Amino acid sequence: MISLAGRDILHSWSKFVFTGIGLGLLIGVTLSMAGVYRGMVDDAKALLDNSGADLWVVQKDTLGPYAESSSLRDDIYRDLLGLPGVARAANVTYLSMQVRQGGSDKGADVRAMVVGVVPGQPGEPGYLVAGRQITHDHYEAVADVKTGFALGEVIRIRRHDYTVVGLTRRMVSSGGDPMVFVSLKDGQEAQFLKDNEAILSDRARTAANPSLNRPGVPGLLDAIQASQASNHNVNAVLVRVATGDDPETVAREIRRWKHLQAYTRAQMEEILVSKLIQTSAKQIAMFLVILAIVSAAIVAFIIYTMTLGKIREIAVLKLIGTRDRSIAGMILQQALGLGFIGFAVGKIAATLWVPIFPKYVLLTPEDSLRGFVAVMLICAIASTLAIHAAIKVDPATAIGG
Amino acid sequence: MAEANLTDDGIHIEGLRKRYGAGDTAVDALKDVNMRVAPGEVIGLVGPSGSGKTTLLKCLGAVIEPSAGRMTLGGEVIYDGAWKTKDLRALRRDRIGFVFQAPYLIPFLDVTDNVALLPMLSGCPNAEARQRALELLGALDVAHRAGAQPSQLSGGEQQRVSIARALANQPPVILADEPTAPLDSERALAVMRILNQMASQYRTAIIVVTHDEKIIPTFKRIYHIRDGKTYEEAGEGRAIDG
Ligand SMILES: Nc1ncnc2c1ncn2[C@@H]1O[C@H](COP(=O)(O)OP(=O)(O)O)[C@@H](O)[C@H]1O
Ligand SMILES: [Mg+2]
Repeated sequence: MISLAGRDILHSWSKFVFTGIGLGLLIGVTLSMAGVYRGMVDDAKALLDNSGADLWVVQKDTLGPYAESSSLRDDIYRDLLGLPGVARAANVTYLSMQVRQGGSDKGADVRAMVVGVVPGQPGEPGYLVAGRQITHDHYEAVADVKTGFALGEVIRIRRHDYTVVGLTRRMVSSGGDPMVFVSLKDGQEAQFLKDNEAILSDRARTAANPSLNRPGVPGLLDAIQASQASNHNVNAVLVRVATGDDPETVAREIRRWKHLQAYTRAQMEEILVSKLIQTSAKQIAMFLVILAIVSAAIVAFIIYTMTLGKIREIAVLKLIGTRDRSIAGMILQQALGLGFIGFAVGKIAATLWVPIFPKYVLLTPEDSLRGFVAVMLICAIASTLAIHAAIKVDPATAIGG
Repeated sequence: MAEANLTDDGIHIEGLRKRYGAGDTAVDALKDVNMRVAPGEVIGLVGPSGSGKTTLLKCLGAVIEPSAGRMTLGGEVIYDGAWKTKDLRALRRDRIGFVFQAPYLIPFLDVTDNVALLPMLSGCPNAEARQRALELLGALDVAHRAGAQPSQLSGGEQQRVSIARALANQPPVILADEPTAPLDSERALAVMRILNQMASQYRTAIIVVTHDEKIIPTFKRIYHIRDGKTYEEAGEGRAIDG
């Protein structure tokens, strides 16, 4: 026996190919949507992996530092270092802001997360693709390649120019902004330093306050103004647990004695993936559902119209003895064939266009397999309408008019 | 002369009736149909519109069930008050060839496979089915178009391919439903010549439903059908030269 479906597909291949391409682009979008979600999860994991920390210590009752804002005094890390099981502890600051390319006033703004880190301590980017880590206390930066900054380029953060001395990758915030690492001091300054206008008006207000500006106490006003202009807060302390110690036990100690919140790696992942990405995941799931329905509608419509165009031939096939099962099989195989072409086109399209997406998109073989099964299922379901129409065709209609 | 050839083979219809619907709206399309067609014989079935020709072909073609009577195809009783087989599909496939007004070839199969499809449906291996198809295409003078798509053929070639398809399973019976209606006189006679040749070559009993004046003189015997009843009549049996 010959494959009726295969012959029909070969005969009207252009219809199949063009419909398949249309369907394929839709499937490509679907795969990419799934990839966007996988990319977000993977970014979150990479962020945690690359910060080189076992514990994230943040302000009590917050989900900081990525999901909620958190503020800690910058000397707390010394107390933490005194606790048993804590091998290393380092301050970090996080601030999402515009970073200007090319320094001074020219160049484009890039949305980035500026991270203040202590060189050589947890929080520093895990590895570099070019250049070196920060070695000076001021005005050096290590940028994620997604910022588009080049090695040696001058960038402007708030009121100061920085030189990009190193490039890293896969360091993006949970919002997808690429990170720019600076020294902790620069980070604290960028975060808390007010602009000139605000400083001037604050100074004027302090000077006008008689209790702060006492004629009999020289130097008091200066000291007060200096303390107002600098910042002694950070957003989190990243802790490295001594080898052999259980991070959860150390975290419990920190929570109990320091009135701070301490999250382990697993808890941070839970916060990032389940809480922060949750809404995006639902958003994407909605898209997937709609795309699945649209794909099914397209396949159903195409296969149905193609079947209606063959009613006479189907009547003849039935009259000369073709089984209903064979005719149903022919239509089902055509729907699956369409799905197969669509999936192949979609997979290729997604693979080609994913690298030019601004955010990281991760296409996993598991998702492809799931997508393939879903496409085949959708096509099979979509073909039932056409199969039903074909089964109803009366072979008697082939005779007489 | 024809009487001598009548055996239990071929087509044998006795007292066939068909009523559509029931009660007040019932239509008696066939009231008393009696026919005999010997193997190798081509007879004409002629009648005005609404006389029951299509209904009779559908009953013979085992796609609608008669209401009463008896039908024998190729020596086998297929209906006697009820269908004698459950598998009407296999009955049609193996014992009846159909030729329609239009060729109705399957557009996505090439000429050979259009003909070979029937033996394949009966379980014949592909190579053997194609071999048989090529022989028939040769007998019908269209072997040179064996690899073509139906859409590439002329109307006459398509009709010959459809006759080859009807013959593919070597059925004892061929039912032709106005096979010459869309053809001009020359082509219509050519189709009749082919049907006559095939009938004698393959010992097939052929019923040609027609009201085509051009071909009526070619029949040796004609059944007239009027108001659901058949009347036999000798035809001119004019030889078709070609
Ligand atoms: N499916 C049907 N239901 C009811 N009446 C029908 C049906 N098919 C045909 N008839 C009636 O049966 C009679 C014979 O019709 P038909 O066999 O088509 O005649 P012909 O082919 O000779 O024109 C007509 O009166 C027609 O209206
Ligand atoms: Mg009719």
